[in-house]
Amino acid sequence: MRWQSFLPLIVVSFLAAVLFVGLELDPKIVPSALIDKPVPQFDLPPLPGKEPGLIAADLARGGISLVNVWASWCGPCRIEHPQLMEIAKIEGVRMIGLNYKDDPAKALAFLQQLGDPYESVGTDRTGRVAIEWGVYGVPETFLIDGHGRIVLKHVGPLRPEDIPEKILPAIQAASQ
Amino acid sequence: MIIELGHFALILAFVLALTQASLPLIGAARGNAALMAVARPAAFGQLIFLLLAFAALMYAFVTSDFSVQVVAANSHTAKPMLYKIAGLWGNHEGSLLLWVLILALFGAAVAGVGDNLPATLRARVLSVQAMIATGFLSFMLATSNPFTRLIPAPLDGNGLNPLLQDPGLAFHPPFLYLGYVGFSMAFSFAVAALIEGRVDPAWARWVRPWTLAAWCFLTIGIAMGSWWAYYELGWGGWWFWDPVENASFMPWLAGTALLHSAVVVEKRDALKSWTVLLAILTFSLSLLGTFIVRSGVLSSVHAFATDPARGVFILGFLVLVIGGSLILYAIRAPNLKGGGIFAPISREAALVLNNWLLATACATVLLGTLYPLLMDALSGGTDKVTVGAPFYNATFTPLMVPLLLMMALGPLMSWKRADLAGVLSRLRFALGLSVVTMLVVWYLREEGPVLAVFGIGLGAWLIGGAMTDLAERIRLFRVPFSASLARAAGLPRASWGAMLAHGGVGIVVLGITASSAWTEEKIVLMQPGDEATVSGYVYRFIRAEQGPGPNYTALRGQFEVSKNGVPVVSLAPEARSYPTPPMDTTEAAIYPMLSGDLFAVIGNPQGDRGWSARLYFRPLQSWIWAGAILMTIGGVISLSDRRHRVGAPRRAATPRPGGTPAPLPAE
Amino acid sequence: MKRRLVGLAVIFMLMGGSHVYAMAVDAVTLQDPALEARARTIMQGLRCLVCQNQSIEISDAELAGDLRRIVRERVAAGDTDDQVRAHLVARYGDWVLMRPPFKLSTLALWAGPPALLALGGLGLWVGQRRRVRTAPPPLTEAEKAQLQEINTRN
Repeated sequence: MRWQSFLPLIVVSFLAAVLFVGLELDPKIVPSALIDKPVPQFDLPPLPGKEPGLIAADLARGGISLVNVWASWCGPCRIEHPQLMEIAKIEGVRMIGLNYKDDPAKALAFLQQLGDPYESVGTDRTGRVAIEWGVYGVPETFLIDGHGRIVLKHVGPLRPEDIPEKILPAIQAASQ
Repeated sequence: MIIELGHFALILAFVLALTQASLPLIGAARGNAALMAVARPAAFGQLIFLLLAFAALMYAFVTSDFSVQVVAANSHTAKPMLYKIAGLWGNHEGSLLLWVLILALFGAAVAGVGDNLPATLRARVLSVQAMIATGFLSFMLATSNPFTRLIPAPLDGNGLNPLLQDPGLAFHPPFLYLGYVGFSMAFSFAVAALIEGRVDPAWARWVRPWTLAAWCFLTIGIAMGSWWAYYELGWGGWWFWDPVENASFMPWLAGTALLHSAVVVEKRDALKSWTVLLAILTFSLSLLGTFIVRSGVLSSVHAFATDPARGVFILGFLVLVIGGSLILYAIRAPNLKGGGIFAPISREAALVLNNWLLATACATVLLGTLYPLLMDALSGGTDKVTVGAPFYNATFTPLMVPLLLMMALGPLMSWKRADLAGVLSRLRFALGLSVVTMLVVWYLREEGPVLAVFGIGLGAWLIGGAMTDLAERIRLFRVPFSASLARAAGLPRASWGAMLAHGGVGIVVLGITASSAWTEEKIVLMQPGDEATVSGYVYRFIRAEQGPGPNYTALRGQFEVSKNGVPVVSLAPEARSYPTPPMDTTEAAIYPMLSGDLFAVIGNPQGDRGWSARLYFRPLQSWIWAGAILMTIGGVISLSDRRHRVGAPRRAATPRPGGTPAPLPAE
Repeated sequence: MKRRLVGLAVIFMLMGGSHVYAMAVDAVTLQDPALEARARTIMQGLRCLVCQNQSIEISDAELAGDLRRIVRERVAAGDTDDQVRAHLVARYGDWVLMRPPFKLSTLALWAGPPALLALGGLGLWVGQRRRVRTAPPPLTEAEKAQLQEINTRN
């Protein structure tokens, strides 16, 4: 029995293992290029009546910040909203919204209707600043540590289980 | 009621497949003729019941029976009948039914015409075929039953994607499946041969027609899909190295290698373990394609609605079938003793080179397709890359060049030991044709990549090579012309097939090179009356207006195209808006000519600055499809060769005077 | 915990992804045709993040349009092709390039095809050597005479 005849089997076994692992992965999610990098230094104007907007410098003031990209026209943003309200209750986490390509009036109505977890909201009418953050869809959520560095990016709506599984551990790690 | 009968028929087919998979195999091991004889009626029975199941599902689609879940999800009363029918295989469950039906069709065909196969081999082949069917049928019955009811039935279906309401796209799956599933026959033959422990020229002669048939279907299927993308996707692209496109291309590459490898087994009793391995791998790649489309593992425009549970099942099945056959290969392949020895310069060696390059090309495509997944898995999702066309252009194309160069030499080389100098001198015409063509092109088209000129030269080389092959066989210019004609009439069809197919490849190469290198594109905003010139063709924009269609609203543009003042054609591209499901599509207006395609696309108006338009001239674009059709015709002609139907040559009943063995049929 | 891939795919709002099959033409292009041509070539090499395997040049998704605008701005501002690409890679990672970059983690990808070719060739060469080595030895004079005798007898 020649060992070379086993080569195809070995290669195929390896491929099968890769494919098996692949079933758990989502090929459409793009990992962030900004992990462990400083937040983009762009300020955004506020929603009318809700000062201040998004001030990049504030994010490096110390203390954990959570920046959530959302819009009133975005369905999944409604679905994740309760999770945001939950996170807002956590002490020491600054909640900041990035309102993406939205009508300010509709955005305010959204917050009035569903609750306002945000300390401040920056409005990005054209979406240019969001591109600086590497945003490609809504909703997306970033966690920033006390030094203004991005430590986590979550793509898609936050599910209830994401809070204990992803967000809380990340907050823990960033607080150290 | 009919639906439930269809479901029942599916279950019966499963039971028959199980029987066919087990009893004949045991019978062959024990030499029990009765058990082996079970295979044939079981194969026929399986086919009949699957035809019934298929008919039942077809009935549901044709009558728009929305109490059946797949019909409700994929059909609509407003759809034209042709697309209601095609909707059967435009979804996961229905396409699986088509899969197993074709599997049974091939099995029944071997059962029907396989009389001069040794009984044990036939029994084992049908058993293996049935094992595959058992796997697919159990998968269907467990997770993907097309006959699931939807109660209460909705008033109307979800409508099919308007993109799929297209003749090209509607019928490209059946051809692809006939190709993919057809390779199961080669697989079954290979596994049966490994179980038997014997691979001989008879076996190769048996495998070749089935492999050839599958190859023809797959060639047409891929060409149809590519052609569809060309006219539907609105910017003239026809190949994107999308994972599912690659999934159809890999079995094609491996299948081509298999076809040529089987020739060596048949003629020279060599390359046995290589051929068996290729047969296993070709079908394995077909199965891999099935997995990729349905599991969501890779991002692709083609993917069916994905479900990880189904993905696990299919992967498990893949591991069983491919792993099992490769274990068998590992154990038994070393016993396949090769016969013919051949010199480093010989037709066998050329075919080995052909296999080597095709296999490497296939592996390259596999690497590129799965690498994003590999990186994602190994990096824990933090490092992802895209493997797009630039990768394949840099790696696949260079592999093809030596292969295509060799293609002209191979048919002229003799078995066992060939005279390379002689072969090259006989190819003087092809070389001359190639050089002249390159010079002409260089003169006509000075701009553009230099490599494109070599591409044209390569295409001309291949066509010249095919012509030389013919000239050699009929001894053109060496015997009187009438004698040449007589020889041509007497040439075996397989030879004609090979020459046409190789010439067809040359035409495809010309088409790909010209359209990739010298397509001229103009993207403009036009007001009525404006003109734009593309490669000497003047596109004059006449008007654009909104109007309704059967199930959409469309912006229809009108262009008059002329060259040197002479009107050529009137083009009417559209931009359509479908309501359910909401989708915008572009219907390009295409006018194919021998020299190239005129291609116009219209887009929405940009305020009062005019309508946006993309205008093209794509040189030799249709040669790609024409070449593919010629390749398929070559394959079909080769299939019709009487020798394939005769089967293995029988030993002469009485010893001939002189004691020389009966001659093999002339090559 | 299995991801509900279907659910996630459905509810993640992609920006304008349903218009994949319609044409994209921008209202504002660069005035200089040479710069516009360069910009187009760069766009062909950048992947649309919300489409399936399309470049931003041909996609009509909103995000693709935004990215095309950025490419044009950078080209007009005097960036080289590499700088423009680097600008986008800095924000979206290597995934946005159609041509996988040449780095340590893609070494297997780029080195794979030539390595496979070489390995295959090696295997064939070894196989040929073995075939030649185990070939039957040539006939001796006595055996040749024997063969001659058999042939003339029949």
